[in-house]
Amino acid sequence: MSHEQLPKKPNAAEPWEIEGTRPLVEIRGVSKHFGDVVAVEDAWLDIYEKELFSILGGSGSGKSTLLRMLAGFETPTSGRILIDGKDMTAVPPYERPVNMMFQSYALFPHMSVEQNVAYGLKREGVAKAEIADRVAHMLDMVRMSRLAKRKPNALSGGERQRVALARSLIKRPRLLLLDEPLAALDKKLREHTQFELMGLQDELGITFVVVTHDQEEAMTLSTRVAVMNDGRFEQVGTPGQVYEFPINRFVADFVGTINFLACKVTSCEGGRAELESVEAGETLHARLEQPREPGSTGWLAVRPEKIFISKERPEGDSRTVLRGVVEDLGYFGNLSVYRVRLPSGKILQVSGQNRVRTARKTVEWDDEVFVSWDVGSAIVLDE
Amino acid sequence: MVRDGRRRWLRRALLVPYAWLLLFFLAPFLIILKISVADPVVALPPFTALFDWAASGWDRIQATFDNYLFLFQDRYYATIYLSSIKTAAISTFLCLLIGYPMAYFIARQPPHRRGLLLLGIILPFWISFLLRVYAWIGLLNTNGVINNLLQWLGLIDQPLSLIYNDFAVYIGIVYSYLPFMILPLYANLERLDSSLLEAAADLGARRWRTFVDVTLPLSRPGIIAGSLLVFIPAIGEFIIPALLGGSDTLMIGRALWDEFFINRDWPVASAVSVVLLMILVLPMMWFQKVQGREVEDSR
Repeated sequence: MSHEQLPKKPNAAEPWEIEGTRPLVEIRGVSKHFGDVVAVEDAWLDIYEKELFSILGGSGSGKSTLLRMLAGFETPTSGRILIDGKDMTAVPPYERPVNMMFQSYALFPHMSVEQNVAYGLKREGVAKAEIADRVAHMLDMVRMSRLAKRKPNALSGGERQRVALARSLIKRPRLLLLDEPLAALDKKLREHTQFELMGLQDELGITFVVVTHDQEEAMTLSTRVAVMNDGRFEQVGTPGQVYEFPINRFVADFVGTINFLACKVTSCEGGRAELESVEAGETLHARLEQPREPGSTGWLAVRPEKIFISKERPEGDSRTVLRGVVEDLGYFGNLSVYRVRLPSGKILQVSGQNRVRTARKTVEWDDEVFVSWDVGSAIVLDE
Repeated sequence: MVRDGRRRWLRRALLVPYAWLLLFFLAPFLIILKISVADPVVALPPFTALFDWAASGWDRIQATFDNYLFLFQDRYYATIYLSSIKTAAISTFLCLLIGYPMAYFIARQPPHRRGLLLLGIILPFWISFLLRVYAWIGLLNTNGVINNLLQWLGLIDQPLSLIYNDFAVYIGIVYSYLPFMILPLYANLERLDSSLLEAAADLGARRWRTFVDVTLPLSRPGIIAGSLLVFIPAIGEFIIPALLGGSDTLMIGRALWDEFFINRDWPVASAVSVVLLMILVLPMMWFQKVQGREVEDSR
């Protein structure tokens, strides 16, 4: 696998959009309670064949518990889990067509790389010659043939990760569960491995379910993302849907960076709303997907990259324009991040691409600036 | 810099236990070694001196290996060593058989319950070892608690001969040394990463298979440590065979006692203990080697 072989995204309609497609995994009203603690509450989710599905959430959101229920390590308190149409709720892990890659990798320390990878096949009772063949092929695939005789403790983090992946793929499971697969790797290796994972998934056609707390990881990897919070799904959708059309404040805040301005709807007509915001100090406008009652409160949300910063007042009346002072400024090479203080004291985060090659900054600390965005870039969210 | 300073301190701190061992282990051993190459005499002390200052040159050293030759020529000692090794080995095996499930069970309990269960294992140490062994006489006697109970229940007509035989010795050793098997096993099993067990299950291993493939091999250091902690003291055990064993119970501890205090042949008795030490050094060296490799592996 190399970078030239980036996975091809299918052009046809996505499986979840086609009526009547049978999902590979059906999570039906699953709850899991540990004593008084609610880990997962009434989760409903369909995952389709060949998806690379991410479950995104903070610690304690219930994402790992959900994954462990798919693997069979936990039994749901209520609800059912179907895999390939068969009820798996009470099936023990060793009888499920599912394999898992553990966050700690959980490699057997007393077995060599080869023995670790072969273990699943050995338990399945596959003939010795076939085991040797398949293990050699799998090790080749993850580029670990050279280290086949080593013990896991003599491997680097990245190498262990590849062995763990090989071990979980060797039985060709219908479904591969990955618990924070990249968390233990350093940044450079993580980016590289991300593409490898995607390539491998495409090549083998196995459905992946990835649990992660890293929203960037979830965005780049996935066909779809489920954002979890307090044991519930807040939103399920493609990375684009979740990022650009978050359904509530939690999702908007958890996925990427976003600015919120507290506001009150004064009028709403034809999908266009007029909002009153003390924090903005001006009347704001936004397009609405669904009409809102005049007088209701909410949050106007704008992503930093949707905001334009300039020293002159920008033209055009389809834009919202606010004045402010640059309080802080960060230069990242490819982009710059500004923190702009509005007269109300509210801070807006703005990011801009550094398109022109110059060492001189056009906007400096304490500059009086205008920040503006297209009316269509802002969304209005509930509390 | 700070680390260097701490290292130096660590080295100094290590001197204390080493000095302790030197004084209270090596010195008595050298004395015993010295006596084992002397001749027995009827005197006080009952052996000849190592140096005869009246002679000159090499003749001054009065060392003899007759005592060791005697040990190898007299079949009695070979029998007694083998019998002691057998008794210690069977007891160790029984301790492992009983102790492993107990250690495994405790290690699988929720943390707040483990402390209490471990306390139960350690609690007998609060009572003198001698008293605890002595209490078994009251239990196993022909007129003891167990025989009386069985007779009262009508399970037996005649009292069973439970005491003054090898059976009683095994009971005594297993009872006394079981904690030494359980504690290192527990320490090992408690550290076992449960995700390894889940990984095995995930790859198709049932519970027993997981135990054989993962838990058992990974608990090997605990098994070895526990076995040595039982085997080594058991082989030289004196009190248990003396109190619970019969006249035909052959164990090295009793032979030692007899040589020292009945035959008053200190040189032969010393030779017996030096040979015993040599027998024990071998498994300990093996353990050191295995443990060193284990540490290397887990790094």
